[in-house]
Amino acid sequence: MTRFIVHDKADSVGVAVTDIKAGETVEGWVMSDDSTISVVAKSDIPLGHKIALVDMEAGSRVIKYNVPIGKVVASIARGEHVHIHNLKTARW
Amino acid sequence: MSMPAFMGYRRENGRVGIRNHVVILPLDDLSNAACEAVANNIKGTIALPHAYGRLQFGEDLDLFFRTLIGTGSNPNVAAVVVIGIEPEWTNVVVEGIAGTGKPVAGFSIERNGDLKTIEMASRKAKEYVHWATGLQRVQCTVDELYVSVKCGESDTTSGLASNPTVGRAVERLVDSGATVSFGETSEITGGEDIVKAHAATPEVGEAFYKIWSEYNEFILSQGVDLAGSQPTKGNIAGGLTTIEEKALGNLQKIGRCKFVGVLKPAEAPKGKGLWFMDTSSAAAEAVTLWAASGAVVHFFPTGQGNIIGNPIIPVIKLTANPLTAATMSEHIDVDVSGILRREMNLDQAADALMEMLFRTCNGRFTASEVLGHREFVMTKLYRSA
Repeated sequence: MTRFIVHDKADSVGVAVTDIKAGETVEGWVMSDDSTISVVAKSDIPLGHKIALVDMEAGSRVIKYNVPIGKVVASIARGEHVHIHNLKTARW
Repeated sequence: MSMPAFMGYRRENGRVGIRNHVVILPLDDLSNAACEAVANNIKGTIALPHAYGRLQFGEDLDLFFRTLIGTGSNPNVAAVVVIGIEPEWTNVVVEGIAGTGKPVAGFSIERNGDLKTIEMASRKAKEYVHWATGLQRVQCTVDELYVSVKCGESDTTSGLASNPTVGRAVERLVDSGATVSFGETSEITGGEDIVKAHAATPEVGEAFYKIWSEYNEFILSQGVDLAGSQPTKGNIAGGLTTIEEKALGNLQKIGRCKFVGVLKPAEAPKGKGLWFMDTSSAAAEAVTLWAASGAVVHFFPTGQGNIIGNPIIPVIKLTANPLTAATMSEHIDVDVSGILRREMNLDQAADALMEMLFRTCNGRFTASEVLGHREFVMTKLYRSA
């Protein structure tokens, strides 16, 4: 069952289409090439929220839709929840 | 591959419409009653009552005339009866519409009163309906279509699935030589650099940026900071984190297309391809502007369920939100919620949307048409004199 969706294969985050619990191994669908990936969730990810697909250092960019959507302000591990606690706009 | 075709109405100026309205168009608020009386007398006509048309001036008056003339000139309209309080401005609208070559006549109420005006206008409207209903649909091709796109009541499912579905369809339309327009100047705040990068040339990008900057300065002058309030608390609760992310979800509607030019509100595109129009993000105002610019059909992806329609152009609604598809099914033309369950991919969703587009072009009523949604809302730039 698809638990999260990834827009582009270059993206560093996917979006949960169901609630995801920490510890679950969840399957995701990469829309751009119709492939399937699997991630072990390290946090609870509510429906509509983002899950990290790769480890990300503070100062790097989060990629969604194959475009940067902001900067990492606290390092993020694969499987963690990506939201306002670790991702901020790059504009100000 | 042969060009996809449909049966439409080719008008006197060569433009293609997919509906065949006889419009009773009020010049001003005072003439709404007479227009509605004519539309009641003469079946097969539609009145477009609105709130303005008195003591407007400058750029606001220009936009007002552009909207009225553009609406009457839309290829979905076969013929127009214009009614105004006085003959001078009525004639401005009549002359503007007459430029398309379609039948149009004006009547003014001063020196006649409502009753005499209604009788004269009704007789003319009857003549137009007999004529218009005798017109036959002819084969037209997709490159003759002008489609507008805008989303509303967006939620997580919009950026995930329904907007990207529209994006795929827009890519196909633009590749086929059709004309497409997007806008929503306020919603682009946060993604203005990204939109600029979607311009076909640096000059077009600068032209867009100028429009956006002027708008943003106006907003700031009113003591509001759109950037600072985006994304909203509701967006954040739903999972959106940054203003860039929100703007990108909106921009999925244009897919990978580059836009070839920028348009003033209600201004007609000067050629084929994708165009940015400076519009409000309020659904009825924006769709009214696109209809006035000549768009004949609109794609409207919705998350929570915006129910907007337009009196002269069909609005095709799609949603990827399963709850909206289930609880508001009478408003939804294309259900793409299967994407979230991986029951369909974006190409299959775009296939479904394109099929609905051609069925609509061939005459099928959209949900908004069947339910009688006829939101005709003028964009007002500032208060009247």
